Amino acid sequence: MAMAAAASAAAPAGAKPSFSSPATHAFLISRLRHEHSFPKRISSSYPTLASRSAPKPLSLRRPPRATTGPAETASAIFHGPCYVLGDNIDTDQIIPAEYLTLVPSNPDEYEKLGSYALVGLPSAAYTTPFVGPGATRTRFPVIIAGANFGCGSSREHAPVALGAAGSRAVVAESYARIFFRNSVATGEVYPVECEGVGLCKECTTGDIVTVELGVNRLVNHTTGKEYKLKPIGDAGPVIHAGGIFAYARKTGMIASPSN
Amino acid sequence: MASTLMASCSSIFGAKNKSSFASCFSPSIRAHSFRKHALNKVLAVMAPARSPRSPSSTGSVKHAMTMTEKILARASEKSHLEPGENIWVNVDVLMTHDVCGPGTIGIFKKEFGQNAKVWDREKIVIIPDHYIFTSDERANRNVDILRDFCLEQNIKYFYDIKDLGDFKANPDYKGVCHIALAQEGHCRPGEVLLGTDSHTCNAGAFGQFATGIGNTDAGFVMGTGKLLLKVPPTLRFILDGEMPKYLLAKDLILQIIGEITVAGATYKSMEFVGSTIERLSMEERMTLCNMVVEAGGKNGVVPADETTFKYLEDKTSKNFEPVYSDDNARFIQEYRIDVSKLEPLVAKPHSPDNRALARECKDVKIDRVYIGSCTGGKKEDFFAAAKVFLASGKKVKVPTFLVPATQKVWMDIYGLPVPGSGGKTCSQIFEEAGCDVPASPNCGACLGGPRDTYARMNEPQVCVSTTNRNFPGRMGHKEGQIYLASPYTAAASALTGYVADPRDFLL
Repeated sequence: MAMAAAASAAAPAGAKPSFSSPATHAFLISRLRHEHSFPKRISSSYPTLASRSAPKPLSLRRPPRATTGPAETASAIFHGPCYVLGDNIDTDQIIPAEYLTLVPSNPDEYEKLGSYALVGLPSAAYTTPFVGPGATRTRFPVIIAGANFGCGSSREHAPVALGAAGSRAVVAESYARIFFRNSVATGEVYPVECEGVGLCKECTTGDIVTVELGVNRLVNHTTGKEYKLKPIGDAGPVIHAGGIFAYARKTGMIASPSN
Repeated sequence: MASTLMASCSSIFGAKNKSSFASCFSPSIRAHSFRKHALNKVLAVMAPARSPRSPSSTGSVKHAMTMTEKILARASEKSHLEPGENIWVNVDVLMTHDVCGPGTIGIFKKEFGQNAKVWDREKIVIIPDHYIFTSDERANRNVDILRDFCLEQNIKYFYDIKDLGDFKANPDYKGVCHIALAQEGHCRPGEVLLGTDSHTCNAGAFGQFATGIGNTDAGFVMGTGKLLLKVPPTLRFILDGEMPKYLLAKDLILQIIGEITVAGATYKSMEFVGSTIERLSMEERMTLCNMVVEAGGKNGVVPADETTFKYLEDKTSKNFEPVYSDDNARFIQEYRIDVSKLEPLVAKPHSPDNRALARECKDVKIDRVYIGSCTGGKKEDFFAAAKVFLASGKKVKVPTFLVPATQKVWMDIYGLPVPGSGGKTCSQIFEEAGCDVPASPNCGACLGGPRDTYARMNEPQVCVSTTNRNFPGRMGHKEGQIYLASPYTAAASALTGYVADPRDFLL
């Protein structure tokens, strides 16, 4: 009843989605449970390997939110210098509380959040800032981390700050659940898990890496080592679409204006 | 099938743990890296999938569920479910505050339409509490955003504040969201409560499913009243034994987190039972469940009983139906703790699982003490601190900040007599001990906040705190050192100027 109210209250003109019947709920459940297989996609802007002295981070931009298009794959590729973190990086370190007055759904403040991403890291342990002084975006498209990444507060500002800064994927040993869930729901950053332990000890900030979701592989070009990743699974298509709402619209769970 | 899976989970968790969780529990300090390494093998992002049942396990076993499973089954209108299942859950209460509310509202309007109406104006509780008594313009604006939305949607429960100079001039204002939810009767056994704050798990003390979610999920709930959740398996903690008079629930949860680490309960439910638990007050049960998230837990639960019903008597007239774990419900791990053997604890910088005995930290000189937050700023927390100051009769040696969680707590500090004090109130005892004047109720410096937040740590100091996290920068300064402790331990530390064991004052 409240859902119907939401549907009817949606403005007829403009891109206003409405939430439809329980049947779509069941459909969404089954979609989220079963794995998709998508054709592989290689970006046309895949660069040649950049020299270490002048790394060019490739940002394989996902399509802007709410566009429809061919069934996109979740097998994205990210390439560029990596930023390495240890275990138990909590959300206060990702985005300290004093910046939580910024409202992520407000575009100007969204950008500002990005500029403060990971500013809470202790300076002694992390001498290279994630976002350079005076910059608003990071030059590191890939973050490599240890266990329990994103623990602590449930603030959604955390994955938002990382995504707004230009980070595309985190490759960690494991995640705290609220952070993982928020990353998927917002579609801001891929929370990828690596197999085994020790990845963050074998990589150094600045190493050039390639993350290939389609073949579940991370290659560190600087060290020459390869690592196996756990499949991103059901979360992939949701993030690729731009988050849970965009995914639900794109797959017909929620009626979109063109329907 | 399922039992073999459980056995193998037990053996992975229990191989080295079982010996230390025998009935005589001794709080030995384990090598942190050893614990961590052992857990690395079993950490899963998602709950382990259950294998299909053999026919022999159907029948009475088929419907055996834990409390958490039962609550979620009812909320998703299923007769039975198992850990690992994704289910659509009907939400009874959605809570948000000034930090996450505006973002949630933004998403709700963007996704459901500028003119959309919330799914149920009586099931959303909006509680400004985080950044209230500050001159930060954006923080103040965020409360205005909440107000505009509540007016537009005719939200029934909005605990508004307009006069920042005098919190008492705001009749609707409550304070810290989790304590306000409890005090205003929004926490009820058997229900599902979601909030845009990690310590929403606090409400599990009432025998309900309560967990923290992000803005996007909350925006979704705002429009639909439902959320897709994965059913967590349950860890069971059986606490027995007489609670020593120098221990509080904070010590119990620090003990547990120290044992299973900050990721030991990731994606799991933590159920607390046993004779010790049954004797805990509601506020103590809240302290216990509050920090479940610090172990990575999805939610915490304490079975509802007479204590619960009595607490709720004057707070809600809504009907509720408690649920209880079946006798043969399956838990992926059980821990037995004899509380009579425990000692006062702290969590040293910079992790809630960096457990140590308070008495082994007596050489740590401190700069300040903070008593407040949803974890340690309730009425009983202040009464506990007052008890230590009363027993000592001396003055504190370091600045001691007191931040009551809610207006009600503030009133109790000023109005109720402390047992054994000859009629003195907490506020009088605090004044005589030289503590700071109790501040306006809000989240305060637990999470740092805007620069002008009262008691924020703006220099690299050492603080003993009754709050819930001590990661780098948590209370403000990145090099600040925070020792998490019970109100007894915090008060004792204030009196000595060092991390102290409250037994020095209470025995």
